[in-house]
Amino acid sequence: MNQVAEKVSNSADDTIVSVDGIAKRYEGGVQALKGVNLDIPAGQLTTFLGPSGCGKTTLLKIIAGLLDPTEGEVRIRGQKVTGPGPDRSFVFQDFALMPWATVIRNVAFGLELSGASKEERYEKATKYIAEVGLKGFEDAYPHELSGGMRQRVGLARALAVNADIILMDEPFASVDEQTRRKFQDDLLDLLAIEKKTVIFVTHSIEEAVYVSDQIVLLSRRPGKVANIFTTDLDRSVSPDEVRRQKNYLDSVDEIWAILREYLQEDESAAARKVRG
Amino acid sequence: MALRDLSRQAWMWKILSFVLFFGAWEIAGQIPISLSFPTFVDTFVAFMRMTFDGSFLGAYAQTVQPLLIGVLISSFAGIACGVGMGLWRGFEWCTLVIFIILQAAPVAAIIPLITYLYGIGLTSKVIAVVIMSLPLIVLNSYKGIRHTHPSLLEMSRSFQGSRMQEIMKIILPAASPLIFAGLRLGVGAGFIGVVLAELLITPTGIGDLITYHRSVADYPEMFAAITSIIVLAAVTLTGLLKLEVFVRPENRAR
Repeated sequence: MNQVAEKVSNSADDTIVSVDGIAKRYEGGVQALKGVNLDIPAGQLTTFLGPSGCGKTTLLKIIAGLLDPTEGEVRIRGQKVTGPGPDRSFVFQDFALMPWATVIRNVAFGLELSGASKEERYEKATKYIAEVGLKGFEDAYPHELSGGMRQRVGLARALAVNADIILMDEPFASVDEQTRRKFQDDLLDLLAIEKKTVIFVTHSIEEAVYVSDQIVLLSRRPGKVANIFTTDLDRSVSPDEVRRQKNYLDSVDEIWAILREYLQEDESAAARKVRG
Repeated sequence: MALRDLSRQAWMWKILSFVLFFGAWEIAGQIPISLSFPTFVDTFVAFMRMTFDGSFLGAYAQTVQPLLIGVLISSFAGIACGVGMGLWRGFEWCTLVIFIILQAAPVAAIIPLITYLYGIGLTSKVIAVVIMSLPLIVLNSYKGIRHTHPSLLEMSRSFQGSRMQEIMKIILPAASPLIFAGLRLGVGAGFIGVVLAELLITPTGIGDLITYHRSVADYPEMFAAITSIIVLAAVTLTGLLKLEVFVRPENRAR
């Protein structure tokens, strides 16, 4: 409990990413985001949560510099984002591993692109492969691994470049539930050592509440920030006990209540369309 | 252990299919289904004789030259052109249509035109090979480049990969299975091209062997010559398959 309180007070005003008036309209006229303002504190795990199609991933990719916003800007420590940078690394929903490369080459790929020597990058990659629990699989190819293991490779690759901010786009979406829970716990353990700022996109309420320090709830399209929750869980206890805490259960209920409203609005809008 | 069993089984199936095929050939030749259809055994004897008396050696010395030159030109120019089309829109716009037309055209009909323009020498034969194989290599390379998984490109960008790195480290390896498929098809078509040229332009090399033995009704020799070119094509294509594993090593494990 003390640990959590200390972490919050340490970084309460320490904004690392600020999102300022972001709007995104895709070619073809779909307005994905509109007027998004947000400050993301350093050293914490912030989740973007919202109904499907609300622009969570779009917002994450704008922060990554992979997409350009139509309006507004993202600043990282006051510097305007104009493209991808060494301060951010990305974990992809579909893993984005090169099927022709071994685990170690995949993990070292960010370092390979920045021109590090083979010795240096393999040394770092070996360390992070062990950290994500894949020791012994260095020379395996992605198709020989399970979905969960592939995503561990994706995570190790993001950690290996030593960026301050790790952006994760629904990293556990294509992983089964047991693997997912194990991975969530491993991620939390790993982040306790690595001290990164993590921005995490998910559509699972339980996952968001379980892993986050802060949850940003986005409204339906065009997405904007509907609500920000700070979870205050005591993580010194076992994972099962965390999931039984009153704070955990209340947060899940509260977020579900809001999301259910969106769902009902969607349904009545669809019904009106059918009748009309 | 299990893997070795499996590969032994694969070998047995291969041998069995050869035995069945040659057996059927032998029976068809014994009946005979046509007076000009020799038995397998006669053909095999002719094949061995022509191998050792130097007729094949002499013939292939002539046939391989236009084939090799044509296939090399098609491979390098074809991959370069297909990759270029895949990478740059402008280049795609001005060249794609040419290759689609070339691929659809019945090339045997163009060969007399080539003879008219370039005579009956090596140039015409090389052109026949290139015309047959180039469009296949170009179009497959182009398709391979275009089908690079977008999230791999995004991944490379997210780690600040340059355009050059993106091409060399992501796009080309991702496209290599289709590029190799194009090479296999293209080399196969090159064989068709060189035989067509030797049958239609001037009877030289293996085309001459086939034509000559048909004209004097030495059917076992004629079939042996045809078989030899099929075997050579099959061996070449298998070699290409092995080469592919160097570029995409993960396929070795499969």
